[in-house]
Amino acid sequence: MKVLYFAWLRERLNRGEETVSPPKDVTTIVDLMDWMAKNDEGFELAFEKRSLIKTALDENIVDHDTPLGEAKTIAFFPPMTGG
Amino acid sequence: MSTIVRLQNEIFDPGQESNAFLKDETQAGAAVTFTGIVRSNAKAPITSLTLEHYPPMAQAQLEGFATKASERFELQKICVIHRYGKMLPGEPIVQVMTLAPHRRAAFEGAEFIMDFLKTSAPFWKKETGINGEVWVEAKTHDDDAMDRWS
Repeated sequence: MKVLYFAWLRERLNRGEETVSPPKDVTTIVDLMDWMAKNDEGFELAFEKRSLIKTALDENIVDHDTPLGEAKTIAFFPPMTGG
Repeated sequence: MSTIVRLQNEIFDPGQESNAFLKDETQAGAAVTFTGIVRSNAKAPITSLTLEHYPPMAQAQLEGFATKASERFELQKICVIHRYGKMLPGEPIVQVMTLAPHRRAAFEGAEFIMDFLKTSAPFWKKETGINGEVWVEAKTHDDDAMDRWS
């Protein structure tokens, strides 16, 4: 699946997007974050305070315990500051 | 009901947009225009503001807020313009315009859209000043402003 990062998260990770292929036992967003952190130290550091990170599955904002389902894109970003 | 949501990099003219929005409208009694402006600060002046956004989601979210506002306040027309990219102090960032038969609906509709936009539309502000760059932090009073509509 495609993973997108925005704002300071993108800067900390030094990339705006990537494609990942998590194993089958990764079923929720929390699972995915755990799996990514395990495989990438930069990710673990960037996601230090997970409560600050918002997520969108196929462009809809969802909680971290949401199942990934058939989603094609997941986006991670800090709280929004538009307007 | 008509809704226009425009995301753009280019600067816009707030007055011109407002006039275009009102042109040929004869059935409405009230129009509200809110313009958000890039603000500098005397103590810590900024030289520019850069807005990052998530294009398809930003468009969808803003259209969604506009639809909710039109249903809740019975608005006749809505226009939301939001810029992204680099902008300078004094320049407009965002403009929300609402048209309704009476003033309360027009005021509340514009405020409703702005309150949702602040906390739930995927835009992120980064300020550039003499000491470098800093990402703007989300404010809890913006969350409170949104919560009062629920």
